Amino acid sequence: MSNQKLPFSRRQFLATTAAAAGTIAMPGVLRAQGAGVKLGILHPVSGALSYSGTQGRLGAMLAVDEINAAGGIKGLGKIDAVLGDAQSTPEGGTAEVEKMNAAGVVGIVGGYASAICLALSQATARYNLPYVVDVGVADAIVQRGLKNTFRFGPGFGAISKTAIANLAAINNAAGKPAKTVMIVHEDSLFGSGLAKLLNTELPTHGFQILETIPHPTPTRDFNNVVLKIKAQNPDLVIPANYYNEYVLLARTMQQQHVKPKGIYSVLGGAASSYKFVKEFPEAAKYIMDCNHWFDPKNPKAVALKKTVEAKGQFFTYEVYLNYSCVLLTADALARAGAADRAKLIEALASSTFSGHVMPYGPTKFVNGQNEGAAPANTQVLDNDIKVILPEKFAEAKPVFPMPA
Amino acid sequence: MFSSVILIPAVLNGLMTGAVYALVALGLTLIYGVLHIINFAHGALLSAAMFAAFFAFRLLGLDPYVAAFLIAPLFFALGYGLQRFIIGPASHGDDRNMLLVTLGLAVVIENALLYAFRADTRTIDLPYAFETINVGFTFLAIPRLVGFAAVFVVALALWAIMNLTDTGKAIRAVAKERLGAQLSGIDVAHIYAMTFGLGTACVAIAACLLMPTFYVNPTVGNAFVLVAFTIVVLGGMGSVPGALIGGLVVGVVESLSGLFLGESLGQIGIFLIFIAVLLVRPTGLFGAKA
Repeated sequence: MSNQKLPFSRRQFLATTAAAAGTIAMPGVLRAQGAGVKLGILHPVSGALSYSGTQGRLGAMLAVDEINAAGGIKGLGKIDAVLGDAQSTPEGGTAEVEKMNAAGVVGIVGGYASAICLALSQATARYNLPYVVDVGVADAIVQRGLKNTFRFGPGFGAISKTAIANLAAINNAAGKPAKTVMIVHEDSLFGSGLAKLLNTELPTHGFQILETIPHPTPTRDFNNVVLKIKAQNPDLVIPANYYNEYVLLARTMQQQHVKPKGIYSVLGGAASSYKFVKEFPEAAKYIMDCNHWFDPKNPKAVALKKTVEAKGQFFTYEVYLNYSCVLLTADALARAGAADRAKLIEALASSTFSGHVMPYGPTKFVNGQNEGAAPANTQVLDNDIKVILPEKFAEAKPVFPMPA
Repeated sequence: MFSSVILIPAVLNGLMTGAVYALVALGLTLIYGVLHIINFAHGALLSAAMFAAFFAFRLLGLDPYVAAFLIAPLFFALGYGLQRFIIGPASHGDDRNMLLVTLGLAVVIENALLYAFRADTRTIDLPYAFETINVGFTFLAIPRLVGFAAVFVVALALWAIMNLTDTGKAIRAVAKERLGAQLSGIDVAHIYAMTFGLGTACVAIAACLLMPTFYVNPTVGNAFVLVAFTIVVLGGMGSVPGALIGGLVVGVVESLSGLFLGESLGQIGIFLIFIAVLLVRPTGLFGAKA
């Protein structure tokens, strides 16, 4: 050991490490004030998914505040929301489950990303802790026989099936103008899985797939992809990627004057985002999407949209899905009649809840999946996003092919 | 095989993207040439500069191209201050320490941005962002053409600074022989800080050129800096023309390999060439000596 002088003293080192450790450990479990039923609200509010996570927390808390303002859950009192941060990783989520379990929550709502939801469903199952998935579309989440896990929204399989059927329906109704398709997808599980499915399903509906182009996330430049699209001139472009890449692709297409007969997305990163429509109205025009969406004819949904927009936030699917999930859980708690985990699981399993804001059929859980859940088809029309399918909830007729 | 209808625009796109890569690499190579350190904070500084350009537009209504005249001096001062008051003193004259300090700075800057602005992606919408020039066989985006031209202006200005001013001569002297320069009365700490400032100003200009067509979030800089590191090694570490030519080559290679191998494998081309250069010419294309 040399006796060379260290750049800082032992005391300084200890003080710095202690401060750093304190900062890292600080977020922990924050608890909203009040007593009553403890409900875990768990989202990735920091890290890569923080935008979606924060939106999800916003939706959940709006429901909690609404219930509490009306006097809480009948017979059980107010909801005491125990907020958690999954830090955008499955491990972060699992750690929060441990803390929430120790804090004595009766159930947990949230998760957002499929990978986090998968981890949460396992972690909560160990404690027989009811878990309501807010978004997580991976079908494996509800296919592992976990009795405590409930997904209110539709899964990937249901969404893509509806998306393909609706695409064929829109095309047929317009006299089959679209025959050729190009798929541009991000190369992780979500995009590749969807591209594979589209490649098998679309030909059975009479579409010819000219090319399937994968790209990484992030991609800085879509010029080459757009050049390829331009050269092959497909009738339909199907992008399957996340927000940034979706916007970049749509903008590059506009820049290079590439105008297919339609742009149709499945769970499109930006296709049904108010942010995209507001910031790039020209690039967003007439884009269609099959995604989570609220029921535009439900006055409660319209009022919620106003509340969220008054807060200066966009009314994204994370907001209304989480809002609905908390209402669903509160309804089940009221029917369970006690802040008891086993009773809550029973009440959720037999739920027929209809007080949500989604364009769903009757709520019915089969193996944890709400069979009434369905995606909606939207289109960007008049600088707004309108529901075009299912007809029961539609505000407008599809404009297809896109006007030149 | 692709027809020339696709190939020529792809090469042009590559050149225009490469120019911006070159500008990021220019700052990096300048700092390496003089301070002999790889500045790990380069990417974080790029993200910070892009945020500066973003807020200059949102809050002051400044066009990013105009904002460059404000942000570049600001980031020059920031770079100067960072080297003079943080990196220099904290590294105690050891190059390895300097490396670690810049790495630490990168973590601090990135997380400060994340804390202040969250991970949300932001863009600005400018009327000319979608404007193109029809050159017959393809459309060239105006913001990218502006970027391409600006990079050469910056490179020329940098050349002028290095060759025609006393500071430039002092920078070259320190790069060549630190002790000798010090003995001739050159304030080495000041020259180090000037160089770091110039490198940071390059990044700030690159940020302003990118902003009209690109998005910003706290980690956006990393995507560019990894490529810039490659360019610096490819062009010869510390070589300014090397960074410029290297940037253009990398841009074209990335564009063409994206076209032929698919976007997911687009960067493979860059790294293959990179390995080939290291095998055949380890000093890089324009590197004088290791």
